[in-house]
Amino acid sequence: MRFDVRRVAFGLGVVIVVCIALVALLAPWITPQDPFVQNLEARMIPPIWMDGGVAGHWLGSDQLGRDYLSRLIYGARISMLIGTLVVICSGAIGITLGVIGGFFGGRVDAVVMFIITCRLSIPLILVALTVVSFVGSSLAVVVFTLGLLLWERFAVVARTTTMQVRTLDYISAAWAAGCSLPHILVREVLPNIVHHLIVVATLEMALAILLEAALSFLGLGVPPPLPSWGLMIAEAKDYMYFSPWVILVPGVALFVLVLGINLLGDGLRDRLGAARDA
Amino acid sequence: MLKFLARRLLLAVLVLLTVLTISFALTRLSGDVAVSMAGAQATQEDVETIRKAYGLDRPLTIQFVSWVAGIASGDLGRSYLYHAPVSELIKGRLPVTLTLGATGLVIALCLALPLGIIAAMNEGRIWDRGIMMVAVVGQAMPGFWLGLVLVIWLGVKWQLLPISGVETWTGYVLPGFVLAFSAVPALMRLTRGGMVDALASDYVRTARAKGLTRMSVVMKHALRNAAMPVVAVAAVQLGFMLGGSIVIESVFALNGVGYLAWESIAKNDFPVVQAVVLFLATIYIALTLIADLFNAVLDPRLRIG
Amino acid sequence: MHDAPALLDVEGLRVRFNPKIEAIRGVSLRVERGQTHCVVGESGCGKSVSALAVMGLLARGAKRHAAHMRFDGQDILGLSERDLQKLRGDRMAMIFQEPMTSLNPAYTVGSQMAEVLVRHRRVSKQQGLDRAAELLAKVGITAPGMRLAQYPHQLSGGLRQRVMIAMALMCDPELLIADEPTTALDVTVQAQILRLLRDLQQELGLAILLITHDLGVVARIAHKVSVMYAGEVVESASATDLFANPRHPYTRGLLACVPVPGTIKRGEPLGSIPGTVPRIADGFVGCGFRDRCVHAMPACAISVPSRDDGAGHRYLCHLQ
Repeated sequence: MRFDVRRVAFGLGVVIVVCIALVALLAPWITPQDPFVQNLEARMIPPIWMDGGVAGHWLGSDQLGRDYLSRLIYGARISMLIGTLVVICSGAIGITLGVIGGFFGGRVDAVVMFIITCRLSIPLILVALTVVSFVGSSLAVVVFTLGLLLWERFAVVARTTTMQVRTLDYISAAWAAGCSLPHILVREVLPNIVHHLIVVATLEMALAILLEAALSFLGLGVPPPLPSWGLMIAEAKDYMYFSPWVILVPGVALFVLVLGINLLGDGLRDRLGAARDA
Repeated sequence: MLKFLARRLLLAVLVLLTVLTISFALTRLSGDVAVSMAGAQATQEDVETIRKAYGLDRPLTIQFVSWVAGIASGDLGRSYLYHAPVSELIKGRLPVTLTLGATGLVIALCLALPLGIIAAMNEGRIWDRGIMMVAVVGQAMPGFWLGLVLVIWLGVKWQLLPISGVETWTGYVLPGFVLAFSAVPALMRLTRGGMVDALASDYVRTARAKGLTRMSVVMKHALRNAAMPVVAVAAVQLGFMLGGSIVIESVFALNGVGYLAWESIAKNDFPVVQAVVLFLATIYIALTLIADLFNAVLDPRLRIG
Repeated sequence: MHDAPALLDVEGLRVRFNPKIEAIRGVSLRVERGQTHCVVGESGCGKSVSALAVMGLLARGAKRHAAHMRFDGQDILGLSERDLQKLRGDRMAMIFQEPMTSLNPAYTVGSQMAEVLVRHRRVSKQQGLDRAAELLAKVGITAPGMRLAQYPHQLSGGLRQRVMIAMALMCDPELLIADEPTTALDVTVQAQILRLLRDLQQELGLAILLITHDLGVVARIAHKVSVMYAGEVVESASATDLFANPRHPYTRGLLACVPVPGTIKRGEPLGSIPGTVPRIADGFVGCGFRDRCVHAMPACAISVPSRDDGAGHRYLCHLQ
């Protein structure tokens, strides 16, 4: 059999996502140290493979002497949590809007398209920052804000795919059989567009994780002392010229997770036969 | 064509009105703006002074109407932090942000178009796979982190490019590149998709049957048709880039509109925040409008039909 | 009669798209100067692929082989892509089935036509446009000056096919390959285009290789006919000979499908050939038509002889 890059990429994506999800779930049991405990005598210890590395701190320690590996592991929790919750929230909004617009068409659809256009016009990061800043920063606010902002791709894809499904025979058959409207939408339409939506979900999850990191990096995301990867990069910024590893470690973690999710999404798209442009 | 134009303009105005309302509502989310503006140490008296000075004691609807009326006459309000008209603040910072956005777009197109074309011409082969992998990897790269990494290595370790400030054009290279990075995967996929379709089309077969050179077939006959969606998306991406400049400007310490916005958000300077949100949204709406018109010019079917 | 070299002489052409299936299995064609040679067969029999293979326009991934392939005595099989480009559009031109999509929607008729002459004759754009106007008039388009400035979507299907023909004639080619040029058109327009091709041929001494599935077209225009089935030419003869004396059961079947006024009695069923064109995988031997043939015999599964009546009428069959 021929060596297929795409199969390998998909496998890699699955492995990455499953591993990081496991790490996030098992965080309290696998962290070597408490990620919040400061130790001012053990600050800025480099990772174990560099000069000055110490056995207790595999990835070194930060500017407050907290164990970097433990913070990284707890950071995976935050990223996965934000990614999942934002996708649930934005998926609910976007799919509802998209299915309604696509199914009913006409004026209803025009209104849905208008809402999508408005959402696209709003500068994403700026508005997210404003909301978090003015409402007060917390994990819940970040989730809620991103959830309210990241639904438009769900809506666009749900709308187009619903339009394609709407005219098919089994929908007419369901009408003829006297099924109710909610029944048709949930039992007939949704299952036939869900494979497209799963692909969107992976893309949005990756985007949500990146945005949370960017917000936290700007100091208006997850509040300290929570170990968000974006926040870790922000806190490490002042030390990066002397010890570049302090931004490399959380940055690589972020990159690997997002890459894994994207590879997973691309692989699912090939397998589920979802629209190329989703 | 006129009808299309009119509809498109009407839509833009409606979207603008909605965005106007949203940007106003955003800044009232904190509950009492005066309290947050005055800061933690402020006395009740300070708060009242601020409330009066900024007209925050009036009902919300009146505040909204007077703000909108102000905008209609070109007055975006006054900054609480700088004690200056917001419009002048934005005007002063705009050149930096626009130059950054334009640099980003040019770099993005210079990377995305050739890569997309090469991938399409080698569809399914190793070059195509390789280029698409680069796109996936690029998409996963957090922009602000890439910026920092480039600053450490290109800027500090090897001292190739300035890491902050824009005294010379070289100051725009790193931030422009990082900004472009976010737009490249989308533009590249689109170019590739369009080119794959165009290269498989009947009119490209005709062009080949006419004995045209490969260069002419690809660049003249295929690209022209594949470029139309790319133009629309490039405009959208430029809008996103201007919005994303808030992160990049803070990484590279560029004193542009994004930095102004970040500063105002952090310091609760609400007149600036609502004006910048509105301003960036307006630019985005204008860009998509221009893209639609540009497409109409590129596509004779839309122009004459 | 084989003394003078044919304009196009293809011997044993083979094309395969994927490793398992050969789409063209040894096709030989001779197109004489100034004659119309029709290739006829059902859809999927490989006639269009043969034409594209001659032009070197096969999709990427397709592989072509041949014993030889000569154009005007010159070998075109080993020609580099660059040299083939110089030939295409200049000495051999091609028009296609779908006039609606075969012209580039983004450019005017004039610029697409002028381009051919500019490319091959190194003339100015204006000279190209003048020549284009002249040819548009020749193919029966009124107000050619106006048409030059129009975009393809502003023209009807029939007009577009005329534009395609005019465009193919820009450099006075010796060979015109027409791949189902009338299939996508209305019946009345079909007749006009066909008449146009015939008139042009007589006027310009053009050789035409016409691909069609329509025997009516063949009867009206062909000098020579090759009947293709499942990637092979199963019978080739002059048009008059083929219609008068079809030898291969498949050709006979095809002819039986065409209602000819006066020869068919009212109420008598029209002929049809049961089954469809088979996919022929590697290692297939014998006659590709045997599963659908009423005369099939055990020998057909083993081999198929090539017969020649001595007057240029050749066919592949055990039947005498």
